[in-house]
Amino acid sequence: MQFGLSESQEFLKDSARKFFAGECSSAEMRRLMETDTAYDPTLWSKLVDQGYTGIIYPEAYGGVGLGKVELMLLMEEAGRALLPGPFFSTAVLAGSILDTVATPAHKSKYLAPICRGEARATVAIPEASGSWNPQDVQLTACGGKLTGEKYFVPDAAVADFIIVVARNGVFIVDPKASGVKISPMTGMDLTRKLYAIEFSNAPAEEIGAISNLPRALDIATAALAAELVGGMQRTLDLTVEYAKTRKQFGKPIGMFQAVQHQCADMYLETESARSAVYYAGWALEENSPDAATAVSIAKMYASDAARTVGNRGIQIHGGMGFTWENDIHLYYRRAKASETAFGDATFHRERIASLVIDSDCVPAKSE
Amino acid sequence: MDLNLTEDELAFRDELRAWLATNVPKDWSDWREKPIEESFPYLRAWQRKLQEGRWAAVSWPKEYEGRSATLMQQAIFWEEMARVEAPPMANSLGLGLIGPTIIAFGTEAQKKRYIPKILSAEEIWCQGFSEPNAGSDLAGLQTEAVLNGDHYIVNGQKVWTSYGWVGNWCELVVRTDPNVPKHKGLTVLLVDMKSPGVEVRPLRQMTGESEFNELFFRDVRVPVANVLGKVNDGWNVAMSTLMYERGSYGARLHLTFKRYITRLIELARKTQRNGRSAAEDPIIRQKLAQCSAEIEIMRFNQMRAFSRLTATGVPGPEGSIQKIFWSELNQRLQQIAQELLGSYGQLLAEDPRAVDKGLWSYAYLRTRGNTIEAGTSEVQRNIIGHFVLGLPRSY
Repeated sequence: MQFGLSESQEFLKDSARKFFAGECSSAEMRRLMETDTAYDPTLWSKLVDQGYTGIIYPEAYGGVGLGKVELMLLMEEAGRALLPGPFFSTAVLAGSILDTVATPAHKSKYLAPICRGEARATVAIPEASGSWNPQDVQLTACGGKLTGEKYFVPDAAVADFIIVVARNGVFIVDPKASGVKISPMTGMDLTRKLYAIEFSNAPAEEIGAISNLPRALDIATAALAAELVGGMQRTLDLTVEYAKTRKQFGKPIGMFQAVQHQCADMYLETESARSAVYYAGWALEENSPDAATAVSIAKMYASDAARTVGNRGIQIHGGMGFTWENDIHLYYRRAKASETAFGDATFHRERIASLVIDSDCVPAKSE
Repeated sequence: MDLNLTEDELAFRDELRAWLATNVPKDWSDWREKPIEESFPYLRAWQRKLQEGRWAAVSWPKEYEGRSATLMQQAIFWEEMARVEAPPMANSLGLGLIGPTIIAFGTEAQKKRYIPKILSAEEIWCQGFSEPNAGSDLAGLQTEAVLNGDHYIVNGQKVWTSYGWVGNWCELVVRTDPNVPKHKGLTVLLVDMKSPGVEVRPLRQMTGESEFNELFFRDVRVPVANVLGKVNDGWNVAMSTLMYERGSYGARLHLTFKRYITRLIELARKTQRNGRSAAEDPIIRQKLAQCSAEIEIMRFNQMRAFSRLTATGVPGPEGSIQKIFWSELNQRLQQIAQELLGSYGQLLAEDPRAVDKGLWSYAYLRTRGNTIEAGTSEVQRNIIGHFVLGLPRSY
């Protein structure tokens, strides 16, 4: 058993960290967040050149064919850089759904352009209820047409196609078609823009059944938790650096235990979330029987921990932490958006309860 | 990353499972609740049996009857022991902490003298570390050892000594030079507990029992040959022992905690709350799920730490995360048990109406010690702050 990264996994993580540090600096991230869509075609083409848009998809569709652990590592580094724009929506969320529910023909038509970097895409799940649970979806396709509203759809303004989850199937809608109206929702996270979409008799192409959605959503959920871990690590690094250099009463504030112990807790929570995310990535890759539980454990823990790590980070930064110019609040904003996306900690605890308490045996994958 | 067991690990596990299947005593449950003074001969016999199968000290080098087990194999060992609910070993400090320290720092003569009897449980070991005025600030300890010819004369007091009442030997940290900075004047002595001037008293703890002892040393003569490591290098020797303590313990707890949560789920199913089973109560469900998830994360953290340590071979400050994690989790677990049990949660073992023979009231009180023993949570956070995050030392 080896619960550490292999050489090639370390290499991927290192090169992703260097890539994002070079191509998505804090200044660049801030420039993009001030734009309407946070999307930049030049940065996108560089992501494509790295193979990131097709990282986990089969080579037959132009992907790189790496595993879910590798996806977690890439998302962790993207999260550390607070990568703005439609990367998660396209390469993780839309891609995973196409990869799991679509027919080969639909994959050639939609997944391959994502891998090749030619298309941006997104997925519409929640409605007025705000629920990310597909079981709460009301929208129903009728005669190949959709009528109704979807909320909290990330990056819809730059999507070349939108995957819509309806009660009776998974559909693709062309955002430029008649009967599709996209309008911004103004969320806390400035780096990942959200939209409301109104469909009035919009033409929709069915690509698969909703019965296959859970696995795709589990992959996206774990990847979002990985992104949170990267944000937590950055928040911790910024905070420790600040605690070493900021002096009050003639001493670095990191010398005071009231500060130091909070840093230690931030470290403990960041490392624990990372362990849970890596395990979830591995369980998904291996199709382990406890994969769904593992994903919920990771999202549950990361959702809460990202918030508390952010709370402590801002507090330790003192007045500086409350300023606009310090990056720490940008991570805090992303953490709040990601906390609720795909179910918050309360949602996932209930899912763990239904998997663990309501079954007769506690699933133990300890072999 | 590959969380499947390797062929070597599988072979190790299967060999152990087969051995345990025929050798693990079936009557431990009859002894478990008895005072340790009564069950101690039983635990000695069990350790000797493990030694016969070469399972008593799997982490030790092969030349010392160990199996040179990797950290993963050690984790497998403790999981398998917990799976069959095997009794603990009599000489658990000797095997887990002091033996490895002697192997690392001892002379050939010392290894030859002490190691075989640690393995056979013939000589039980205890640790003389904490003092009434030196707990978290261990380096401030005052027990003094003055050189007099070929002996040290030891005077002082130790506290919180496990197995003191039955200990034949003690790994004792003493001050040999009071005129240098406190970390630099310490030495570790191996002390025969039958030496004149050694007195052992039970220390009654808040649970009512006495797991620990106080040790008093009055003009105790310890031969110079019993110095472990170098004179005035005792801090390094003692720290090495404490790292073993923090590093490996978490591995044995996963299944114990899993057993707790399984039992709590059963309790929740049986407990009526507002006209329905507590297992259907949304708040109880949230709490049970949180604990259940954290038990798994504790294990993931451990496995990751082991994989990292496999490269370096020596446990390091990573153990502090595990120590904080398991001790605080155990307290939360017991709090949920109390919430489920309501008024029954307070009933002690002596009460015929006590649930699970008073296990939960005992555990509730006992777990307060978890965040204090083996390094308080505050000390662990200092270690993370200074040694892991590189923050300036706070004390």
